[in-house]
Order: sequence, then structure tokens, then C-alpha cells
Amino acid sequence: MEKVVSDEIIRVEDLYLNFYTYEGIVKALDGVSLNIKRGEILGVVGETGCGKSVTSLSILKIVVPPGKIEGGQIKFNVKGKTYNMLEFNEPTMSRVRGRYISMVFQEPRAALNPVYSIGDQIGEVFYLHRKEEIIKAVIEQLRKEVETAKGFRKRVLRLYLSLYERMLKNPKSLRVRLASKIPILRRFRNLMKKEVRKRTVELLRTLRIPDPERVVDMYPHELSGGMAQRCVIAMALVANPILLIADEPTTNLDVTVQAQILVLIRELQKKLGSTILYITHDLGVVAELCDRVAVMYAGNVVEIADVMTLFKEPLHPYTQGLLESIPRPGKPFTSIPGIVPSLINPPPGCRFNERCKYAMDICWKQKPPLVEAGKEHYVACHLYSGGK
Amino acid sequence: MENLITIENLKKYFPIYGGVLKKKVAEVKAVDGVNLNIYKGECFGVVGESGCGKTTLGKTIIRLLSPNSGHIFYQTPREIVEAIKYLEKNDPKSKALKYLLREYDIAYLRGRRLKKLRRFMQIVFQDPTTSLDPRMLVKDIVAEPLVAQGIAKGKDAEDRVVKVLEMVGLSRTHLYRYPHEFSGGQRQRIAVARAIITNPEFIVLDEPTSSVDVSVRAQLLNLFQDLQKELGLTYMFISHDLSIVECISHRVAVMYLGKIVEFAETGELYKSPLHPYAKALFASIPIPDPTRRRERAPLSGEVPSPVNPPSGCRFHPRCELAMDICKRQEPPLVDVGGGHFVACYAVAKKE
Amino acid sequence: MLKIKIPERFQPTIKEFKFVLRRVKDSPLSLAGIAIVMGFVFIAAFAPILAPPQLDPPYLIPRDPALGFKLEPMPPSPSHPFGTTQAQRDLYYGCIWGTRWAFQIALEVIICAVAIGLVLGLISGYYGGIIDEVIMRFTDIILAFPGLILAITLVTVLHELNWQTIDAVLLSIILIGWPGYARLIRGETLRVKNEDFIEAARACGASDLRIMFRHILPNTIYSIVIVASLDFGGIVITAAALSFLGLGAPIGWADWGRLIYDGMGFVSGGLRWWWSWVYPGIFIVLFVLGWSLLGDALRDVLDPLYRRK
Repeated sequence: MEKVVSDEIIRVEDLYLNFYTYEGIVKALDGVSLNIKRGEILGVVGETGCGKSVTSLSILKIVVPPGKIEGGQIKFNVKGKTYNMLEFNEPTMSRVRGRYISMVFQEPRAALNPVYSIGDQIGEVFYLHRKEEIIKAVIEQLRKEVETAKGFRKRVLRLYLSLYERMLKNPKSLRVRLASKIPILRRFRNLMKKEVRKRTVELLRTLRIPDPERVVDMYPHELSGGMAQRCVIAMALVANPILLIADEPTTNLDVTVQAQILVLIRELQKKLGSTILYITHDLGVVAELCDRVAVMYAGNVVEIADVMTLFKEPLHPYTQGLLESIPRPGKPFTSIPGIVPSLINPPPGCRFNERCKYAMDICWKQKPPLVEAGKEHYVACHLYSGGK
Repeated sequence: MENLITIENLKKYFPIYGGVLKKKVAEVKAVDGVNLNIYKGECFGVVGESGCGKTTLGKTIIRLLSPNSGHIFYQTPREIVEAIKYLEKNDPKSKALKYLLREYDIAYLRGRRLKKLRRFMQIVFQDPTTSLDPRMLVKDIVAEPLVAQGIAKGKDAEDRVVKVLEMVGLSRTHLYRYPHEFSGGQRQRIAVARAIITNPEFIVLDEPTSSVDVSVRAQLLNLFQDLQKELGLTYMFISHDLSIVECISHRVAVMYLGKIVEFAETGELYKSPLHPYAKALFASIPIPDPTRRRERAPLSGEVPSPVNPPSGCRFHPRCELAMDICKRQEPPLVDVGGGHFVACYAVAKKE
Repeated sequence: MLKIKIPERFQPTIKEFKFVLRRVKDSPLSLAGIAIVMGFVFIAAFAPILAPPQLDPPYLIPRDPALGFKLEPMPPSPSHPFGTTQAQRDLYYGCIWGTRWAFQIALEVIICAVAIGLVLGLISGYYGGIIDEVIMRFTDIILAFPGLILAITLVTVLHELNWQTIDAVLLSIILIGWPGYARLIRGETLRVKNEDFIEAARACGASDLRIMFRHILPNTIYSIVIVASLDFGGIVITAAALSFLGLGAPIGWADWGRLIYDGMGFVSGGLRWWWSWVYPGIFIVLFVLGWSLLGDALRDVLDPLYRRK
């Protein structure tokens, strides 16, 4: 497998995805290519139906049938090696999800299970992905305690210690599993629960949730939108993922709460060095938060550039149209004429051809490739790749 | 400028029932004492976050909801409003007061008179998918106000429907279709057509562009402006999107927890918001210009529940300038010059 | 296909219908259900041709004079394709006209039960409060009894009051049927009542009555159709059960349950007089099966349609 540039974490190449519905085949992704660099916040902008959410779902391979990935590669660069994620089978993917790549969705209360407390849900992620660490921490604690304990207590602690050590060596050990079922003996697991709870509270505190000790025991319906979204972000960050995908996390929140969460995300990124893929349709959020931006339209990536360049010198006619349609007082409202084409029968060539004021003949015949039109500035438009 | 609608101390509470006997245990104070007036022909914007009561205010003004107390004066000359206020203070039991209220105050209308009012006041809802009956043809949906109020029917109604559809940018071919065959923007146009078919004077636009794609928003907003000019409509534009409100409204009011905290002409308000909440609100809008990134700390805390609003000034728990009086007494709306009203003791002291 | 110019107003309904047909075609079970039901419809429609009526009302099964009044059923023969049952009544005639009778009962009951349930359910759901409570207590009372037991009781009581048994059967099945529909429609009304378009209708000045019948009702039609089609089979079985217990159709009536009742005396002979209870039994089973499959198919098709909107 060819080596990917070392500072890229993910590189999506020519991703094709179709939805097979009763009304026809919806060609949702038509050769999407983009890359995510380590430590950056990449914004993906586009309108409804452009495929931005679907792209992120494909990275995690959680696209629901009738959707099916039809082609392309998703190269994942981790620990010096490069893998094609589309070749991963389901067990491997579930190890990746939550641990290496995690996702935050739009509606926080839909992402939280209403019958479990916040502590339980965040704890679940700890158990899934950081169990070893927890066990090691408990073992260390126990070792220290065993030294100072006396008599009966010492024997109990030694027993617990042996169980934990066995758990560490062999997670599926029969002895441990039996011990977990015997009524009084199974209290050995409380130590683990306490450790998880401690870490959960710490994590909630990092996310600026007021009074985390109380929040840990609360249920999702008792929380406001902003708090719930922070809890979801906490769940996503438990395993210190390399990449955090955020799919319009602040769209349903109030403006002031959105401002708080944006500040929080920027802080977290600086502190933990995480890479974030931030999907939104709000150009203001993009300008506030992102380092680089990818603009999508009707299943294609039409422009990728760093945020300053994109706003100052947008190259693709669609990006220009988007920026022009931002409402400004005194100016009449403008928008891009026409509507998004049907993805069941998209027009041939460039999918923006019907609405583009610079459309040429070739735009109806050939799909424009994504070419580099400036330093790290990619455009998919025949105006910049004509003839090449 | 003539007042089309004057609102005095309007309150709308929603009861919460609890306990075994389902008694009223608490009230959601959605609108808690709002005073404002809307001029004829203007577009009056109302902004605020969720839970501030702006939608409830809009629905109460057009009497989709019945207010708990307060007055809504429709097309009432200023002198009469003054007269009513005077009478209420000095001679609340007078017959003259009762007569005047019955004539001009629409807050307590019922029955046939209320039905007649519907002709003049209409509303466009936020989500065009749910505000159109999915089992009715477009023709019937748009003709509904005419038929329900007995203004026209049959061929006559159909002609008026076609005329109104053409005004909003649709055509005769769309008559015999179901709403689900249209895109979001077109559905919202159908809703607008339904709202204007009875030639109303006042339309409440409740977040009409929030559920619609960004590229379609501009088309709809242009439509609203064109219709306002053509038909001489007065709008109340409710939205949480401050940038759109800035571009379409003549005056804007900011609401917080059921009260208006500031209102002024649009340019004035956006240039210099005075109320601490309004300032924080405007500062929170992300600006689509990466060179102007804000490094300021955002507003802390969250909007408290409208069931138990804080005492005195609703904003005092989160306000940096909170003084002692703010906790005890609600600040009144004070004119700080040029039609700019603020409800804040700290600001009023400065001016 | 003939090129008929379809007036514009019906085009959307036709498109919807075509969509439903297309979905139904996809599932073999639903095709089987439709085939069975269409078969029965055919039999019911052409009953006078398939088995010419000889007595008045045509539901009375004729006896073969040649065979006299012998008690023992005669096996199938060219003049009696299904054989005869007790007292020499022609079974074939009985089954064919029994189909028509089954449709008649089912349609009458469903129309009446739906009408009552619809009105009460709409009022109950729309107005809520004490009206809702009162109506729901009535439905609770009726639903508290096992349906068949209640029907038996009602038929017996009405019989004492000198009602005709057939009318009694119809009335009792209607009485045990309407609460189900009322509950269903009340639930749907509650769901639809809070939708934006109802508020919009109110803003247009629509009266309560208009909202109930012009807005809420059409949005609940799909669920009614689904339940009614499943109920078709259920009603026929209840009527057959009542006849089987001797409470339903009178002697000599072309009703499947009655035919089985007539054949019951001969069951003890094992398979000796098999035709007397097998043929009516097959008709009942197939009828109910067909309608159940159809109802299921409709539910599968209409559910997403219903949600799509």
C-alpha cells in the first residue's frame, strides 16, 4: 500500500456510495476525495443532501442499508502504518469506532439512551475501550493498600488483587467470570466501578460541566440541550480518539450555547491535540472554528482550501455563490438560482452545471477532477482544469 | 406612523398538571408581561433563544392562543388606547371602559367575532412539511381560509387560488398535487399563499426559513419583501437567526424568558446593543469572516426554565453588571433616546 | 389500454394507487391473499349464476325432493357436487351463497361499527376532558368482557325480546366491535391533533367540525383500512362461531357456521360423512386466511406510505 503523507490521518479517495430506494438509485456520493491532517479542524460545508453526513458515516462504515459503498478507498494512517478501512471487517471496525475514531451527532438527546444515567453511558465506553488501563490503575491501588492492611482485610484485598491480575492477563478467564456471578465475591468489581466513576467525573469537569458529581447520576432527559451535547462529546473523547467527527453538533442548540461549545471544542483541540472533522452548513461556524474547509455539493467535493483563502478567494462558482448569499443588511437577498439536482438522475458532467453562470460545453460532458489550483487549494471545476 | 397593533402587559401561561388528581402544580410563564406596538406596514423582528416565548407571543397576538391577561389592541387609534389606560387606572368599573374594551381589545374575543378576525391576521409556520395537511390537495389547502370562513367556494375560490399561487411563484399546474411532491421551499410558498389569500393585514412569520435550505432562504425572503410592498402587509418576523432578522426588519425586539429586554430600530440595535443579554447574544453569532474571530469569553450558564424564572430582572443570575436592585425588582422598559428601549437598571443609570 | 382522459383532480390519487399496487406485487404472500379474496368476491358476485336460487329469500338452502327428508347426509354426486347435509340440504348451494352471506354480514357490521367508532373516537380524542373520560369508560366496559361471551349474551337477550336471530347477530357483533375502532381512532386523533397543520387550519378559521372531518379523519384512514381488512375475517369467524353454537342463522340458512352446526351431529362418525363439515370448514378457513394476508400486506404497504407523509 502506498505510503500516505505522514501528517495525514485519513485520506478519502474517490468514494462512491449509492442508496437503493423504491424511487430509484440515489447516487449520493460521486467520487468524494478529501484528506484530514493531524491536529487540524477540517470543516465540511454544504447544503442538505450534499453528502457531508453520509461521507462521515462511511468513514466509520455505519451507513445504513439501503445505502451501499460502491467504490473508492478510505486510507487510515495510524501508528506509522496505512490501512484501507473499506477492507476492514466488522470486528475490526468495531475496534476502531470509539477508540480511534469517534462521532458526535446532531441531536444530543437522540444519542443518549434515556434509561441509563450519564455515568453509566460514559462508563460503558470506558469498559469497552480502556478497560486495561482501569484494571492496571486498580491493581496499583490495591498493591499499595495491601501493604498497609492487616488480617482479614489483607486477605480479602489479596484475593481481589489476584482476580484483577488474572483479568488483566486473560480477559475471558473462567475464574473471573465465575467470581463475577457469586453474590458477595462479586463486589470486587466495585473497585473498578469507583475508578471509572472517578475518571468520568474528571472528564465531565474538563468539559466544563458544572457540578459533575451530580450530573454523573442524572438521566438525559434531566439535562438541557447544551449539557447533553457536552456529555455526548465526553463519551466521544473517553478513549482519546485520534479523530473526532462532529456532525452538526450545534445546529439544534441556542446561539449562546453554541458559542460556549465552539469555545470548548477549540480548547479541547489545543489541550488534547485531537483532530476534528466538523460538519456544518453554517459558514459562520466554519469561519470561527476551522483551519481548513472542504465544500461539498451534490455528492462531490468541489473545493478544499484553508479557511482564510476560502473566504478571501473562493475559486469554485458554488463557493462564490454561497459566500455571496450570506445576508448583509442593505443588500437584497441573493441566492444561487435553481435547485439542487435530483441525485437519482443527476445531470451528466459536473453536477453544478445547471446553476453555474460560467458553465461551458465541457461542463455537460465531463466531470471536473479535483486539481490543485493554488498552494494546498483544490478545486473541481473546468475553469481551472480545462484541457489538463 | 400609525399603530396597527398595540400590546399592553400581555401574559400567557401554560399550566402544568401533576399529582394524582391532575391539579395545576406550576405554570410555564411563556409570555410574562410584554408591551409593544407594531406600526402599519413595517416588519417587526423578534429574536431570542429557545424558551424566550417569541413563538408564544406571535401565536397569542393572532389569537391562536388565549392570553391570561393583558390587552391586544388592533387598529386602535392612540387616543383610545390612552383613554383605556386612564380609565383602567382611575375608574375600572365604568361602563365606558367595558364598551371600549369590547370594541377594540381582541384579547378576549370569542365565537363569530373571532372568526371574522382570522381574515385579517394570519401566520406562516416554521416547518412547511408539518404545516400542510398531507392528505389534502394544494388547491384545497390554499383555498381553506376562503371555504372555512365562507368567503368563497367552488370555481370562485379556485380562481383566487390560482391568482395567489402565481403571486408566490407557483402555477396552475400545481393545483392538483399533494404537498409531499414539492420541495421544502415550494411547500413554504404554498403556506404563504394560504396566508395571503384572504388579503390579511398582519402576518406572523414564525421562523419561516429555519427548516429550509440555505439557498432557498434568499428566495423566500425576497418573496416576503415583495409581498409586503405589493400588498401593504405588516409582518412580525420571529427568528433565532439574527443575521436574517437584521436584513429584513425595520425594528427588532430581543426577548428573554418571556419579557422584552430591548427593542430599537434595526440599525441602531445591531450597532450598539445595550442590554447585557442582547450584547452577549449578538456577540455569540459566529461571523462568516475568519479574520474577525472572537476571543471573548461567551456567556456562561444556561437559560433557566420559564417555570421558575429568577426574581426581579430575569437575567440577573448571569449578568456581570447585576446590582442589588436587579434581584428585587423588574426593570421597566426605558427610552434611552431615538426610540431605543432597554429594560436594565445598569444601562438606564448610565444614560 | 384504452386512452381515457383522466380528469386532473384524480391524477394524484391514481398515482398513489399505482404505488400501492406496485408494492403489493412484490410480496408473494400478499399476492396470495389478494388472489384468495378476489376468488371469494367472484363467487359472491356470481352466486345467482353458480347456484341458481330456488327459494325466497335466496339464502334458504333448497332440499332435493328426490331424496326426501332423510336425515343422513348423502355423499357428493353429480347433482350435488359437495354432497348434502342434514335433511338433504344441498351443501354446494350452501357454500356458494354462504360466501355472499359472509360478505353481507361483514360489510354491514364493519360499516356500522366503523361509523359509530369513528364519530365517538373523533369526539373523544378531539375534545378530551370529561367527554373523553365518559366515552372511554363505555369502551372499557365493553372491552372488559371476552367478545364472544358478550356476543352470546347479547344474542340470547335479544332473542328473548323477540328479535330475529340474524338481526340479533348483526347487532351484537356491531356492539362488541365499535369500541376497538373508537379506541383506534381516538389514538390517531390524539396523534394528529397536535400537528402544525391543525393549528394552521384553526388559524384559517376552520370550525371544530371541519377540522375533525376534513383534516383529522383523512389522516386516520390508513389505520382504519388496515384494521378493517383484518377484521373482515374476524367478523365472519365470530358470526360462524355464534351459528356453530346454535345462536346464529336459523335452520336452513346458507351460513357456513350453520352448515357446520348441521354437520356437527355427524362428526362422531369420523370421516364417514366428511363432506358435511369439511367443505364449509375449508371455506371459512380460506376466507379468513385470505383477508388476513391481505390485511397484513396492506399494513406493510400503507405503513411506510403513512409515514412518508
